[in-house]
Amino acid sequence: MGSRNVDIIRNIDWITILLVLAITVCGWFSIVGSSSESFSTELLSFSTRPGKQLVWMLCAVVLAVIVTSVTQLFYNSYSYIIYGAMMLLLVATLFLAHEHKGSRSWLDIGPVSLQPAEFAKFATALALAKFADKYNFNTHDLGDIVKAGGLILLPMAIIILQNETGSALVYFAFVFVLFREGLTGFVLYLGVMAVIIFIVALKYAGVPVGSMPFSVGKFAVLLMIGLLIPAMSWFLQRDRRTSLILLLVVVAGTTAGLLFSGLVIPFDVTRLQMVLTVGISLFLVFLSFRAIARKYLIVAGISLLGVAYLYSVDYMFNDILQDHQRSRINVILGLEDDPKAAGYNVNQSMIAIGSGGFAGKGFMQGTQTRLKYVPEQDTDFIFCTVGEEQGFLGSSFVLLLYLALILRLLFLAERQPSVFGRVYGYSVLCILLFHVFVNVGMVLGITPVIGIPLPFFSYGGSSLWGFTILLSIFLRIDAERLASY
Amino acid sequence: MMNRKFDNRKYLIGLMAVLVVFVYICRLFQLQVLDKGYRESADNNALLYRTVYPMRGSLIDRKGRYVVTNQPAYDIMVTLKLVHDLDTLDFCSSLGITKAEFDASMAAIRDLRRNPGYSRYTRQLFMSQLSAAEISNLKQELYRFPGFEIENRTIRRYEYEAGALMLGDLGEVSKIDIEKDPYYEKGDFMGKQGIEKFYENVLRGEKGVEVLLRDARGRIQGSYRDGILDREAVPGQDLQLGVDIELQQLGEMLMQNKIGSIVAIEPATGEILCMVSAPSYLPSELTGRHRGENFSRLAARYDKPLLNRPIQGTYPPGSTFKTAQALTFLQEEIIDENTMYNCSKGFRFGRLKVGCHAHAAPLSLIPAIATSCNGFFCWGYYYMIGAEKYGSPQKALTVWKDYMVDMGFGYQLGVDLPGEARGMIPNADYYDRHYRRSWNGLTIISNAIGQGEVSLTPLQIANLGATIANRGYYITPHVVRAGQPGQADSTYVKRHYVNVDTCQYNLVVQGMRKSVIDGTCHAANTPDYEVCGKTGTAENRGKDHSVFMGFAPMDNPQIAIAVYVENGGFGAVYGVPIGALMIEQYMNGCLSEESQRKAVEMSQRVIDYGESKR
Repeated sequence: MGSRNVDIIRNIDWITILLVLAITVCGWFSIVGSSSESFSTELLSFSTRPGKQLVWMLCAVVLAVIVTSVTQLFYNSYSYIIYGAMMLLLVATLFLAHEHKGSRSWLDIGPVSLQPAEFAKFATALALAKFADKYNFNTHDLGDIVKAGGLILLPMAIIILQNETGSALVYFAFVFVLFREGLTGFVLYLGVMAVIIFIVALKYAGVPVGSMPFSVGKFAVLLMIGLLIPAMSWFLQRDRRTSLILLLVVVAGTTAGLLFSGLVIPFDVTRLQMVLTVGISLFLVFLSFRAIARKYLIVAGISLLGVAYLYSVDYMFNDILQDHQRSRINVILGLEDDPKAAGYNVNQSMIAIGSGGFAGKGFMQGTQTRLKYVPEQDTDFIFCTVGEEQGFLGSSFVLLLYLALILRLLFLAERQPSVFGRVYGYSVLCILLFHVFVNVGMVLGITPVIGIPLPFFSYGGSSLWGFTILLSIFLRIDAERLASY
Repeated sequence: MMNRKFDNRKYLIGLMAVLVVFVYICRLFQLQVLDKGYRESADNNALLYRTVYPMRGSLIDRKGRYVVTNQPAYDIMVTLKLVHDLDTLDFCSSLGITKAEFDASMAAIRDLRRNPGYSRYTRQLFMSQLSAAEISNLKQELYRFPGFEIENRTIRRYEYEAGALMLGDLGEVSKIDIEKDPYYEKGDFMGKQGIEKFYENVLRGEKGVEVLLRDARGRIQGSYRDGILDREAVPGQDLQLGVDIELQQLGEMLMQNKIGSIVAIEPATGEILCMVSAPSYLPSELTGRHRGENFSRLAARYDKPLLNRPIQGTYPPGSTFKTAQALTFLQEEIIDENTMYNCSKGFRFGRLKVGCHAHAAPLSLIPAIATSCNGFFCWGYYYMIGAEKYGSPQKALTVWKDYMVDMGFGYQLGVDLPGEARGMIPNADYYDRHYRRSWNGLTIISNAIGQGEVSLTPLQIANLGATIANRGYYITPHVVRAGQPGQADSTYVKRHYVNVDTCQYNLVVQGMRKSVIDGTCHAANTPDYEVCGKTGTAENRGKDHSVFMGFAPMDNPQIAIAVYVENGGFGAVYGVPIGALMIEQYMNGCLSEESQRKAVEMSQRVIDYGESKR
């Protein structure tokens, strides 16, 4: 494989490396800033977390050198094998891991513990890139999409079994990779719809409409689905008359139901809405065969799915989610206000960030983080330390560093001559973006509390090494992009 | 093989990244720049402002004896978050409390209405003001009860169990106290009565503060920025009293089993030498953790031990008031030294009769004072109110009232103690309202002999004695020596001259001296020094009150005194002997053996008030 030697020093993208180094160094100083020890040479000893992180960082440099010195042909050729090996490791972890805070995802190797889930990302990215690189890969081919989805869902499922829901959610990032490759936007649309239905249904589940026996949540979701039917029909089939009739039926039906319930006999209008939706859907199915307007079938499918989804959200929420997840969602939705329990972490992290002010309290002066009011102040909640000690200036700077890195990776991914390189590059940047989005969002009280680290920033060897390998492979692919021709 | 169809989706993904970062920076701006409340929340979390309590000022008596000092006490604090595996019964037995008391304390801590600052994460007061003995078992076993701490405080220590109401007490500040003065915080103690209350600002000192860093588990992690914000406590100032604590003790002993007051004043300075209120209680009863229950018990008693009778009780002054009348009549030239009035076992005018006892008659002023003749003073008062030179009884009464007020009656004297009553000197309006303007000297004749509508506090009676001893002036009586902090500059130095000539005072002094030599105060006579005195037998609904007012020695007086024993009968029965013993104690610094015997006997004499009287 070494027939075409590449001058890696000259061809590697130093801008990316500089950005990552900058982020890692900022991260290390934040770990120092959040540690409760005083600043001394002791920090460099292996007994403290900053000291350990320094060792992980040096290891990461070595790892990066090794990974970037292996030709991309190796990764390309062995991607499925690497993927397979990693899946085996994930499954093995399930049985070998000791339980730690309810999760079975840590493997003890000598003095250090590793989290294989962090390394499954690059393996999945490699496998997905390899799969998309095949000759007739088509994002509109249901078979291809199902296979690609399988590659993504397999590690997700195992990681969920390990009880690391947060790490598993990261694999949603691959949907955006497929989107770039041509996956229909309808999938994203459905995803957004699912989230909206989930939130509206739960948030207003307990609010009755006037004095009538049904909740605002159900009613609003069903009305939304009802209105989306004519909208989707118009968008997909462009038949003005049918769409208008559908709109009229939905509006008139719902209004009539509301008036009857409000003025004559109170009854559950959502049942009427459901019957209406199902009826219209069946009509559309009929229409799709009669008028050979197949796209009505999609509309009918989606609206039926939506209704089914709505009725299962309740069940999901109450029976599938675990207590702590349920209460986290409740806090995010503003349904639970318990600053001492589930909301405590978010509340404290917002206090930490808010108290930093414009310029911050100064390095190692953060009381919130150093006195451990913020939990996990050097791992999942490390952005608090930046916010508290470095203020608006420092935290914006860190965010802009991430933005620069992601946009740089986008640029690198787009200049790949191969689908393999591009898909892999997008995997890297989408995973990074997802991590930053969820991690910082959680600290800022925007997204739910999902325990995933801030890439290259949070304390922890597994996460740092996982991202190092993930990124280094891409840098190697990028460095070789011209040589492969 | 490259599919370029979806190339512009790269912008969508790039835009997403930009959007996420943009929204997050906006959110950061909102949290960090626009919202200023988070800094305070963070400080509330991490900074523990621990109050450093200053040592309260001590009280020292006129002979340099420490009367009130401080002693260590202990508060038990609990941080509920840190409490685990608590064996409640074990804890209760270490502290010597019952399970019920433990539960009550815990319930009080958790009750947000009573304890709005409650948090599981911060230290809460579990029990306060325990003594070293009460805490000793727990102190050794504290390690077994995580979450509990012992904090040092100080409480008052009484070197002499006397003067409870005058010295006052400390109680926890109320909500209203905190609203009035932001210096106080919940859990602070402040003076509630007596000197402790009046001189609170001097005695309390200035609280200090230590700013400490506290971690999320409530543990102290050292001082904040090397103590840059710390402030040291300023100890309270000691106060020098004019009180003679031994005299006070004797007075309280003599007043055992009786209800009443003794007030002694040093005439030259206005310093109060003792202020006995009977019944009383031990000052230490209102310190420490049993304060609450003791206070309730005292407040419920029929004989009102919490009423500071010397300044809050108002009584008819009885015959002691005749001295003030004599001064007024002399100054107004209603009588002179030689004026004689008849007294046929009292003052008779038509159907009106004010009784008197057997004595030679007619008689002039000095024997009238010595024998406490009612008739003489009724005639004097009758002639004054009816005197033509005033024009009307109303105008005459106004002149009379002005003399009384000038002598310190009818208004608060301004003693440095809280809650002083003003007593009562009726004016013309008062009688016009009651008698529809149709009244004359006869209607109000009782005033002449210190009965009727007139009422005085024992302090005012003692001050009358001091004014006569000074031959015409008094200095506002005060318990804390003049010139101590917390007093207005000249309040307790300035001489208040009564608008009556010294020569008139000399006549009254002669009368009072004669009263001791061969009159009603005979029992107070002693060869050691010349005592002047005036008895009083104040009529009221029950048995007469026994009153004595006097001073000694006649020339260069050292002590003026008022003794008021409720329902004691004739002034000579209780007032005079108690007054005599008090004067002896103060003049000689001790009691002779015979007087000691008399004192013990006096202390054992019981006046039966009957539980339901009041």
